[in-house]
Amino acid sequence: MEMVRKIGTLGIDFLKSVFKFFYFLMQTIHNWFTPPYYPKIFFKNVIEIGFYSLPVVALTALFAGMVLALQSYSGFSSFSAEGAVATVVEIAITRELGPVFAGLMVAGRIGATMAASIGTMKVTEQIDALKTLSMNPFKYIVSPRVLAGICIMPVLVLIADIIGIFGGFIVSVNELGFNPFVYIKDTYNSMKTIDAVVGIAKGATFGAIITSMGCYYGYYTEGGADGVGKSTTNAVVYSSILILISNYILTAIFF
Amino acid sequence: MVKREPAIELKNVYKSFGSKYVLRGLDLTIYKGESVVLLGQSGMGKSVSIRLMLGLMDADSGSIKINGNEITDFSEEEFYQNNRKIGMLFQNGALFDSMTVWENIAFSLLNVKKINPEEARKIAIEKLADVGLPAKVANMMPSELSGGMRKRVGLARAIADNPEIIFFDEPTTGLDPIMSDVINNLIVRCVKQLGATALTITHDIHSAKKIADRIVMLYDGKIIWDGKPEDLSHPNNDYVEHFVKGISLD
Repeated sequence: MEMVRKIGTLGIDFLKSVFKFFYFLMQTIHNWFTPPYYPKIFFKNVIEIGFYSLPVVALTALFAGMVLALQSYSGFSSFSAEGAVATVVEIAITRELGPVFAGLMVAGRIGATMAASIGTMKVTEQIDALKTLSMNPFKYIVSPRVLAGICIMPVLVLIADIIGIFGGFIVSVNELGFNPFVYIKDTYNSMKTIDAVVGIAKGATFGAIITSMGCYYGYYTEGGADGVGKSTTNAVVYSSILILISNYILTAIFF
Repeated sequence: MVKREPAIELKNVYKSFGSKYVLRGLDLTIYKGESVVLLGQSGMGKSVSIRLMLGLMDADSGSIKINGNEITDFSEEEFYQNNRKIGMLFQNGALFDSMTVWENIAFSLLNVKKINPEEARKIAIEKLADVGLPAKVANMMPSELSGGMRKRVGLARAIADNPEIIFFDEPTTGLDPIMSDVINNLIVRCVKQLGATALTITHDIHSAKKIADRIVMLYDGKIIWDGKPEDLSHPNNDYVEHFVKGISLD
């Protein structure tokens, strides 16, 4: 009986959390369509998410492309299908690895930063101070950040795609002896508009997930420094999980 | 006799957290232009009361009126509109870490009233002077300020938009006696200058006597004593007497 009660309580708590998150999301979206707007905060976050995440995303994409070229070559060479390396690298990077690696890297960097900074604002009464100064914290803190994430993540994913393909190109030409012109031609021929569309759709979705989870956990932080730590961990863990789940759903939709 | 108009009116307000009751039918009226100090021990619900009046928290039941308007009925827009008439000095200042001192003080002028930055900066420096800080502090970050300076900057931010009602949450907590006195004097001067209604919560008797026109004592979720600062020396109430003398009831 005790077990049933515990499961029931967990289920109710889970439903409450889901409802609370969707309410948070609705408020965020509502504030996109009601003035006043704060473009300065939006652009500051575009720079923070897009520009400052570029090194870590580029590095990850570069090495992902390099490893992919090596591994696919070793697999395909046993079937004498080495020529497919360029196509495999292009498809895998643009459709999967580019968006997912960029998403996970940004989740670690931006999700954590947002949860920590908003969480600190919460526990030091800065969010309450905003309210007493007639400023809606959703308008000023949450909505511009989530919108910035949605807008800039597709750009970051496109850059990751280009760098990832370039990583595959470097290894294929320098290590595996591919002709550079043939490799580029194969990559170009295998490119389809849908690959870029999938990447952009995934980028926008991951941007929404990372920023909304960062803001959500930050906004509902409780209990001082310990609470800020928990919120930061939760923001990174749950946005990473949601990125992987939504990646599968989007792949299945565009399959 | 002139009828006094209430600025803040709480009637039968209840608030609990789980099974713990904090307020049990709180009744409190503060009249326009009056400076009231809400005294009470730690954990008696002083901060909760102020948060309810500011609309930062919802009461379980009861009525809370600010300038005759029931705040529990406010829409989101009305809530933020109402806050334009209110200033608040938080216990630890609650200054925005990412902004300079002048941007903190001029926050609502810049972002809500949309005054141009040059003019807003000028007003911020004037407010800094009002709280006894030099203009050079304007460009400092909150992390560079001492505890006393943070309180002063917090006070400057609270009065920046010339509010009708100002709340002070433990304004002298954590300060040395001299700095506490400086803050008390500033509060008295700023409130008088603005002609504002003020509610201060504290457990500092010296501060209460200096700031208040009227003192009320919160105990067990209700107001148990209401009188003038000079009445504190002979309150005719055992609890208040013990509180003033700093003697435990046990």
